[in-house]
Amino acid sequence: MRRRWGRAVIPIIGIVVLVYLFIPIAVVVAFSFNNPGSRYNLTWNQFSLQAWENICGVPGVCTSFVTSIEIGIVSTLIATILGTMIAFALVRYRFRGRGSTNLLIFLPMTTPEVVMGASLLALFLNLRFPLGVGTVAIAHIMFIISFVVVSVKARLQGMDPRLEEAARDLYADPRATFRYVTFPLVLPGIVGAALLGFSLSFDDFIISYFNAGTLVTFPIYIWGAAQRGIPVQVNALASLVFFVALAVVLIGQGVNYRKRKALQR
Amino acid sequence: MVAVVPTTGNVAPAPATAPAASAQRRARTAYVLMGPGLLWLAVFFAIPFVTLFLTSLQVPVPGKPGQYMPGFALGNYPAALTEYWPQLVRSFVFSGIATLIALVLAYPLAYFIAFRGGRWKPLLLVLVIAPSFASFLLRTYAWKTILADEGPVTSTLNALHLLPEGRILNTSIAVIAGLTYNFLPFMLLPLFAAIDKIDPRLVEAAGDLYSAPITAFRKVTWPLSLPGVVAGTLLTFIPASGDYINAQLLGSPNDRMIGNVIQANFIQFRNYPTASALSFALMAIILLLVFGYIRRAGTEELV
Repeated sequence: MRRRWGRAVIPIIGIVVLVYLFIPIAVVVAFSFNNPGSRYNLTWNQFSLQAWENICGVPGVCTSFVTSIEIGIVSTLIATILGTMIAFALVRYRFRGRGSTNLLIFLPMTTPEVVMGASLLALFLNLRFPLGVGTVAIAHIMFIISFVVVSVKARLQGMDPRLEEAARDLYADPRATFRYVTFPLVLPGIVGAALLGFSLSFDDFIISYFNAGTLVTFPIYIWGAAQRGIPVQVNALASLVFFVALAVVLIGQGVNYRKRKALQR
Repeated sequence: MVAVVPTTGNVAPAPATAPAASAQRRARTAYVLMGPGLLWLAVFFAIPFVTLFLTSLQVPVPGKPGQYMPGFALGNYPAALTEYWPQLVRSFVFSGIATLIALVLAYPLAYFIAFRGGRWKPLLLVLVIAPSFASFLLRTYAWKTILADEGPVTSTLNALHLLPEGRILNTSIAVIAGLTYNFLPFMLLPLFAAIDKIDPRLVEAAGDLYSAPITAFRKVTWPLSLPGVVAGTLLTFIPASGDYINAQLLGSPNDRMIGNVIQANFIQFRNYPTASALSFALMAIILLLVFGYIRRAGTEELV
């Protein structure tokens, strides 16, 4: 009897925690359909599709949204290339200075954002470097690289070395082996890292705020609006991002699942 | 991408007769591959710490408020810490409590996904990460609605007389709740990774040897999951102690954390030396705590 109770309690706590994770999401989505009586979209007033019908209806919202997407794409692209190269070097080559390389990659992930933001701003201020899109992108590339290295490295290490050996046995030259065997096998890891990188960049507030100058990204817009009332359109855009990202990840999972099933057959 | 493809992309050890020159060439390829990325990290992550330290020692230019010149004012540190030690201590207290609650909440879920997830494991993990797809700021803002004074949570707890201040929003409780919520996935994923590696037969074996479930957990599951506990607590504690979004949106002015102070001094007051000194002190304390903690927990391979 006691055992059965024990078996049930863990799933129940697990599901409660999972639901807890989604409570604020439900609020964000629900309040995108609110017609707030006041400036503050904090209490439910009346159902309305206004925000969704006129998603760019508030000045600045969509501009900041597009700015964040642009910065996200550029930083992710550069960071993914730089990080993938480091991951290959770490897994495939032996060289001196491996320890300090690992430390340099590990540390950004364990530094509070406020410290990274402040130290980078100190650098730019001392160099009299103008703040804006450039400095924000530089910062984003910096903190995405580590995450790319970690996930591509994991993928490379998990790869069966016999697949590459087989390619060589079949007289593939190193270039062909890389192009037709190694790269396709690592690609899911790279794509996953890029998606993670983009979401980190798109959602970053603290580091961006320190180094943005007068530039307004989507999170910076929300921060500013939080003082005077966040427009409903922001909820609509954030809900849109949430559902698009969820769809992308679920489709990715579905593709993975099918591939694995096909391989098992 | 293709231009930098390693021409010798294999892990096979070089033949015994391979000349040393080949090994040297391989090392050179590695440096070429890593060069740009490491340079980026050196210039925009490592060097800024040096400038941060130098900035923390700067002295004001006489007669020109908001302007500073190079100096060696070590006194900036005691001055900043005397003024802002309450916020610094509060940051570590809030973030420590949030980390503990997150561990208690995340462990059962991680355990559930790892041992009972079955073929739903990938989907459940997606569900854990999914909330992060909606804006961090907006999710935090949503807690304002959930914890509002007239809201269901506050009313229920008030009916049970559980709230000392009669409210949640604009109190320390709200800030800690927000921190716990926002960093829970950082606790969950490493925990899951560690628990998922445990062979369930070990736990079964403990049961077969007549150990009570709680003893099996204490002697088998918990010790084996420790690397995940260490990684998870660090990944929660560190960002939480530097966070100022939760304190700003959910707390009162009496709940400000060190992040709020650093941000305000850097961006609003343009008091760069004080802000830099506080950032540098925060980082130093975190590194000390982390290394002490890792040593005690005995998980050296984390780094």
